[in-house]
Amino acid sequence: MIPYEFCNTVPDAEGAIATGLPGATLEKGVLVERHEEWVRVERTTAFQEYSRKRKAFLIPATIFFLLFFFVFVFLAAFTTVLNGKAVGPLTWAYIYGIAQFVMTWILMHIYVSQANKWDDLVEQARREVAEGKGR
Amino acid sequence: MFGLSDYATAIIFFVLIILLTLGITAYASMQNKSTSDHYVAGGKIKGWQNGLAIAGDYLSAASFLGIAGAIALQGFAGFYLSIGFLVAFLVVLLLVAEPLRNLGKYTLADMLTARFNTSSIRSAAAVSTISISMFYMIAQLVGAGALIKLLLDIPYAYSVIGIGILMTIYIVIGGMVATTYIQITKAVLLIAGSIVLVLIVLANYSFNPVALFNAVEAEIGSQALHPPPPSSITASLDVISLNIALVLGTAGLPHILIRFLTVPDAKTARSSIIWSTWIIGLFYLVTPVLGYGAALFVGQDAIRAASPEGNLAAPQLASTLGGPILFAFVSAVAFATIIAVVSGLVLAASSAFAHDFYTNVIRNGEASDNEQFRAARIAAIGISVAAIVFALPLQGANVAFLVALAFAVAASANVPVILLTIFWKKFNTTGAVVGMSVGLFTSVGLVILSPLVLGEAAIFPFERGSPALISVPLGFLACYLGTILGGRGAEREREQGLQIDYDEIYVRSLTGLRPEDVEEAPQSR
Repeated sequence: MIPYEFCNTVPDAEGAIATGLPGATLEKGVLVERHEEWVRVERTTAFQEYSRKRKAFLIPATIFFLLFFFVFVFLAAFTTVLNGKAVGPLTWAYIYGIAQFVMTWILMHIYVSQANKWDDLVEQARREVAEGKGR
Repeated sequence: MFGLSDYATAIIFFVLIILLTLGITAYASMQNKSTSDHYVAGGKIKGWQNGLAIAGDYLSAASFLGIAGAIALQGFAGFYLSIGFLVAFLVVLLLVAEPLRNLGKYTLADMLTARFNTSSIRSAAAVSTISISMFYMIAQLVGAGALIKLLLDIPYAYSVIGIGILMTIYIVIGGMVATTYIQITKAVLLIAGSIVLVLIVLANYSFNPVALFNAVEAEIGSQALHPPPPSSITASLDVISLNIALVLGTAGLPHILIRFLTVPDAKTARSSIIWSTWIIGLFYLVTPVLGYGAALFVGQDAIRAASPEGNLAAPQLASTLGGPILFAFVSAVAFATIIAVVSGLVLAASSAFAHDFYTNVIRNGEASDNEQFRAARIAAIGISVAAIVFALPLQGANVAFLVALAFAVAASANVPVILLTIFWKKFNTTGAVVGMSVGLFTSVGLVILSPLVLGEAAIFPFERGSPALISVPLGFLACYLGTILGGRGAEREREQGLQIDYDEIYVRSLTGLRPEDVEEAPQSR
């Protein structure tokens, strides 16, 4: 592990001088390994819950919307199954197309409302670390 | 094509828009006092304002004029683009927006160098940002010159130089503050113009969209209501490739991504996401009304006669149904659309040059705030001049390849590196640099080999020239192979201080916590 004050002058792969680690704001002379600080956040129960909930939403949501979209693109590009009439003059292509608008709005709102709840867990994790937990 | 009074009214509206945006810039200049103001409006933009500005940044002339024209002439195949552009926004907001906000400061490169402590990655990210923004900007300028020639009969070169001077003034004097307000103004104008056109079209069908679709089927034919039947495997793969570029590429467009850095916190960023998703979605949802309306009331032949790609369908529709005033208004909306988008692009490109190259690579991060501020303004002038110089000789050229390039480079060079920086623990410097370079070169190379540039002699067969089907997987593969085969490995890079610990990046990208937030409390045991 590299203490903070050594980080600013390490040459990079091309031998150029590295440009300084972002966020290296601790006072000089305080030899704290930055690794430990963040691992302590990771170990808090609040962060673990947050990380788990975020993955549980984002992974299925992303797989779902990419599949939902690319199945549509695939069907439209390679087949004519979407070309038939669905409702009145509207073809299945239009129904499927408009369904993607609805999907986008729904996923966006679920994401925003979930993420606003996750903020509390982040705040809790920050407090836990400040209280010296997570070691 | 249009009558003399049409031109006169339209010119008055154009002048009004120019005066309004210059007024905004003058007002914004009072708030444009520091480097942070210039790059990200000091991070003080409100949620709804940023939501409107994102919509203003996102909905380019390609969306307003291009999609309406494509639907008018090709039917459902044009609506395809609307769907792709909207779903693309989901990738931005679910996967990229918050980590970027949490790690970044002014530019895309800031986010990557939050993890990788090397100037090579910053330089690579700056090169790709400048390339993408320049391709996109030149395409917008060439399109704007052609459009203004058709709308107002002003010579191409005058329009290009005029818009170039305007965008330089906006950025140099007003920075991100002016850009934001101009994009908000444009979004409001675009919403108003679209609502008026939609209502006028639907009024002819007792406000029943189904009746409009019935009329399309009766008068244009049912082929306008479904995708074209597959003709060949190559053509089908071409469509898939184009959609990959659209959906992934948007998440790598720097001028869109930097908008998320202009708000004070994650909650505000999310409220801007709600606003922008609704505005962008509703706009794309009504594009069939605009396109089919133009086909029905103006006629496909008249649209084709005015512009082979149908780019004037929306102004023509306004002229037919609303007369000279509505024509002038809709043309002015198109003009506002172009200047709002080019302003965002100049800002993104000049930030990459001034902040990434000058401040952090050349000056090693040691330039004072005043020097950075000055560098940002000089870079904006340089970028604008370069864009004008490239755009001037391209009059009449089909610039579709430039847009294809912008999206392809964004999808192939930026997106793999952005995603792996956030989500892959073993990712290292070599992988990131190799991935960006391979993504950049393969997408540029394949577009050059495509029919868009080489015509009949094309080697790469996709008519629309989108290389994403090949270049995106290659970009990811290059990141992977570069990481596995080259360099020191992530662990050794960490030991040598070339890379920040992944635990830190993971926590910071998810939480937005800064190092000072997790500093050990002095009294803790």
